[in-house]
Amino acid sequence: MQVQYIKKNKMLIFKLTEEIDHHTSEKIRKRADYEIEIHIPKKVVFDLENVTFMDSSGIGMIIGRYKLVSLFGGTFVITNVNKIVKKTLEMSGILKIIQIEDNCCIGGNNIEECV
Amino acid sequence: MKNVYKNEMKLEFLSKSCNENFARTTVAAFATQLDPTIEEIADIKTAISEAVTNSIIHGYENTEGTIYIYCKLTDDYIEIQIVDNGKGIENIEEAKKPLFSSKPMLERAGMGFTIMENFMDSMEIESSVGKGTKVTLKKVIKKDAPIKA
Repeated sequence: MQVQYIKKNKMLIFKLTEEIDHHTSEKIRKRADYEIEIHIPKKVVFDLENVTFMDSSGIGMIIGRYKLVSLFGGTFVITNVNKIVKKTLEMSGILKIIQIEDNCCIGGNNIEECV
Repeated sequence: MKNVYKNEMKLEFLSKSCNENFARTTVAAFATQLDPTIEEIADIKTAISEAVTNSIIHGYENTEGTIYIYCKLTDDYIEIQIVDNGKGIENIEEAKKPLFSSKPMLERAGMGFTIMENFMDSMEIESSVGKGTKVTLKKVIKKDAPIKA
């Protein structure tokens, strides 16, 4: 997982790379919560471009991060969702509360790598 | 009587979350003998992942136990049984309801059985409290589907 923080617009981007299941969700959860609590971002983006698999554990993890970001008054979006991952997202109904926003990761200046 | 199954496979592994990937990938590899589409493979992987995760989190409640997977192939479908000797399900109808989770504090989506039911062609749950759970999933692999570029 690659993490980028764009200072200018207080945007925190998580580029997820693995298969998201119960096992990997635990790791993503810990890292994401740590970064969110440090930066208190206005916007958090989960970039799923390189995610080839996701099950309902991933759904639970995404809802949890959405709640955390909302608690701090930020917005939470997901981007670059492929067909296979989209099927699970659609079935779970979370697209009613969480937005898929494409082309939201066009960076800019002041990118602070948190890797 | 002649065996209708043309191939069979058994898996046995410990209820550790790092085995979830192993289980779904192995079953998917076995299923490729039926020449499924990428979507069908993804459906099978997701359903297996849900069943195995259920056994780990709910069946064995993160303690060490053994999970068994039995796979059978016919000419046009795969049948997969996921078996644990965990604590069992008290109320199967309740467990199957979308968004129901007995462990909401663990950020469970409560979608496991809903996904299994929708991604596969059939799902049967047998469970007895204190003894364990057996989930039987079936997926028809459509041979006559048009070839996609």
